[in-house]
Amino acid sequence: MQRLLADYGMVLVLAGLCVLFSLLTLKHQVPEGPAAAAELARQVEERIAPSDTVLAVGAANKETATLAEQVGAALKSAGYARAQVVIGTPRELRLALDEIVQQGQTCAAIVTAGDVVRWPLIEQIPALYPTLTDLQLLTPEARLWPDFLKRTNLLAIVDRIVVIAVIAIGMTMVIITGGIDLSVGSLIALSAVIATLIMRQLGGPEASAWSVLWGFAAGTLACGVVGGVGGWIVAQFKVAPFITTLAIMMMARGMAFLLTGGFSIYLVPPALTWLGQGKSLGVPNTVILLVVLYVLAHIFMAHTRLGRYIYAVGGNEEASRLSGVPVRFVIVFVYVVSALSAGLGGCIQASQINTGTPNMGTMYELYVIAAVVVGGTSLAGGSGRILGTLIGAFIISVIQNGMNLLGMESYTQQVVLGGVILGAVLLDKVRSDRSLTRFLRGRA
Amino acid sequence: MASCDNREKLLLEMQGIEKSFPGVQALRGVSLELRRGEVLGIVGENGAGKSTLIKVLGGVHVPDRGRILLDGQPVSLRSPSAAQQAGISIIYQEFNLIPDLTVRENIFLGREQTRGGFVRTAHEQQEARKLFQKLGLSLDPETRCRDLTVAQQQMVEIAKVLLVQARIVVMDEPTAALTAQEVAHLMEIIRELKSQGLGVIYISHRLDEIFVTADRVMVLRDGQHVGTDAVSSLSRQRMIEMMVGRPLEAEFPQRSVPRGPERLRVECLTKGTAVRDVSFTAYSGEVLGFAGLAGAGRTETMRCLFGADTPDAGRIFVDGRPARIRDPRDAIRHRICLLTEDRKGQGLVLPHSVRHNFGLPNLDRLTRGPFLDQRREREELARYVRDLKIRLTSQEQPAATLSGGNQQKVVLAKWLARNADIIIFDEPTRGIDVGAKYEIYLLMNRLVAEGKAVIMISSELPEVLGMSDRIIVMREGTIKGHITQVAGATQEQLLSLAIA
Repeated sequence: MQRLLADYGMVLVLAGLCVLFSLLTLKHQVPEGPAAAAELARQVEERIAPSDTVLAVGAANKETATLAEQVGAALKSAGYARAQVVIGTPRELRLALDEIVQQGQTCAAIVTAGDVVRWPLIEQIPALYPTLTDLQLLTPEARLWPDFLKRTNLLAIVDRIVVIAVIAIGMTMVIITGGIDLSVGSLIALSAVIATLIMRQLGGPEASAWSVLWGFAAGTLACGVVGGVGGWIVAQFKVAPFITTLAIMMMARGMAFLLTGGFSIYLVPPALTWLGQGKSLGVPNTVILLVVLYVLAHIFMAHTRLGRYIYAVGGNEEASRLSGVPVRFVIVFVYVVSALSAGLGGCIQASQINTGTPNMGTMYELYVIAAVVVGGTSLAGGSGRILGTLIGAFIISVIQNGMNLLGMESYTQQVVLGGVILGAVLLDKVRSDRSLTRFLRGRA
Repeated sequence: MASCDNREKLLLEMQGIEKSFPGVQALRGVSLELRRGEVLGIVGENGAGKSTLIKVLGGVHVPDRGRILLDGQPVSLRSPSAAQQAGISIIYQEFNLIPDLTVRENIFLGREQTRGGFVRTAHEQQEARKLFQKLGLSLDPETRCRDLTVAQQQMVEIAKVLLVQARIVVMDEPTAALTAQEVAHLMEIIRELKSQGLGVIYISHRLDEIFVTADRVMVLRDGQHVGTDAVSSLSRQRMIEMMVGRPLEAEFPQRSVPRGPERLRVECLTKGTAVRDVSFTAYSGEVLGFAGLAGAGRTETMRCLFGADTPDAGRIFVDGRPARIRDPRDAIRHRICLLTEDRKGQGLVLPHSVRHNFGLPNLDRLTRGPFLDQRREREELARYVRDLKIRLTSQEQPAATLSGGNQQKVVLAKWLARNADIIIFDEPTRGIDVGAKYEIYLLMNRLVAEGKAVIMISSELPEVLGMSDRIIVMREGTIKGHITQVAGATQEQLLSLAIA
């Protein structure tokens, strides 16, 4: 447990942030959509006998109409044979009630939500229909729940961070070798532009889903090649990674603009949005992708030879070389992985916004580096954890999301975000310094 | 009054010093007395607590218990600067020079000679030269420290300390990197410090030096004070026994292994001026010693041979067949391994665990499918830990936390697991205590008995003479002598070959 905390101390920071934003955004929430329908059906089943008449009422062309239909269907399947769905204006409700009274029956409950509750007719029912004495009005109950923890919001957090988190995998490896990759932001644009250009070439809006696959593959692989060249320059000529990737950052951005003439690519197949906006088995594809990639990356770093070599090269390049580690290969490899993940990030982004634009991903390299460093990876190289990076990415996303929910101005947000990144890194430094002093003393 | 007199003579007193770190009691009530004009030698195996004791004196560590008295007055040394102000100067084992500053700038760092805010460069240079002359050091004060040899760096560190008006000078292994000549100069300086009434504490593994310089010697073992005695009343044998806590056999273990077939042949190896036209042969079942001064080209030769550097010319034959060695991977494939002189910089990834360091050259064997077989890695390491008596608390302990001797054993373990046939040791016992040294010698003998070829570079002449079957002496990048009859050879003979 202690080791886990030492390795992933940032988990606590993330948990703390989640609690903080949950408390700050605590509000009375009225359920909506299917959740509301389910809740109403539950209320009916608790209070009304299946033999009674129940009216599910919805206003025409409003959300309550769908709600009423869903409740009606739910009640029918629960054995309420005399449940009716009434959709329209107060007039339709009146007609329905009239009919019930004329047939000499009673009505046990009106189930509805939203504006319908405020129809004057609802208030007048006891006066207009004195026979309907037991009529209950059932509406969804409001409950105390934070905006932050709403399902839609949690998904928004993942949605926002997925590109950065994917690229941070490659960046973590690069930083563990003691390098840095500034080109990833530009590679996002390059990849997205190449991918969408190919989709347009293969038929644009009429093209098949395969064209999306080809586009993604081409965009990602093109980035991989660029990363390979950069890594080779770093490994072979010992050019500082900062400079090498800075140059690539400029060139890749320029290439993205050159390829499109500065415009966005809109003529894309409808299948493009599958990756960034689609769902499989009710789970967003981006979430699935993120989980799969992080699990693979974690296994790779912790349990394979190459993963071990990456740490070794960052810990002591010369000692690694003299131990037979193929140092150059390792360095080229991490830059290729970084570029590939940036390329994939570009594809996800293109899919999320359904277009490819040459100014996508500006400044992303800095967010990615921030995520890696907040996640506990040392810029000096040799240490770091893939899962720590995931936590780092989420910390950044949660802070942004929380500030949005609290309605903070975007300028204020930047100041706060910068401060939090600094704070997180300082916290980590203090923690590791303690182990540093211990290590120095232990040498005696 | 007599006791008062006695007390007055004591420059420094440390009483009942205790210090523990998580999991280790480093010092258990150690006391020390130092008089004016006296050299106190401190000896002990690595991990005996010498460095901790010195760091307590230097204000780096605050003791858990015990008192420190200067001139009979209790003092509290809570930081290195407090110790400096109290007149205690310490030359630590690790260098503290800034590589990109010049020698002069380093020496005067923090106490620049200024006039009106400007550094008086010429004045500083003059002072530095004066100092160097005293130290017998021919060095331009404007050389950048990056360009110095290890020995020169050590001398600069010493010069730095001499510049301060200290009352107590502590030297922790000052001669580990020095040549015989430089050591002689240092001894002279210590004598001078002594005559000026300073107290000197001198820590060394080289007992010869202790016998030459020290008046009294204090022996530490496992954080305990074993005894302090006048040097004249102690024999070398007795001192070693006190250090290791048991009677010791010979300093170099005997072996009788017949020479086997040729393992390695190097022809006309050349790299710039560092290695010139070097040819030699190493046979299985023998230790081939390489003697010479620092910078004679021995390390460079081995680096070329191992593929760490690229030679300009030369051919290498392994088991009689030509071998193409372009990088260390090729060398390892030819079953050659190199235990570098600089363990910390080149032998180990210090912040990483012992297990990861051990696994590094062996990962190709330690895999199952695409994954690492970490269990086998643990088991293999455990075997070597037992076999080589490596002292660890855990396999996951960072290599940096081990003592020098244990670090060397970890390096050894990772190469032994590789099952190499040609094993090159570069200064295998530098900075290692007597007990561990003996174990490493035993291990070399075992390797030789297994039919491996061992090549050993050493600057310690007794070691070369005691361990080698044949000795090659290098100077200025070339082979100056080849001694096949080691039994009749003397230190003087080696030295005369090594020095022009």
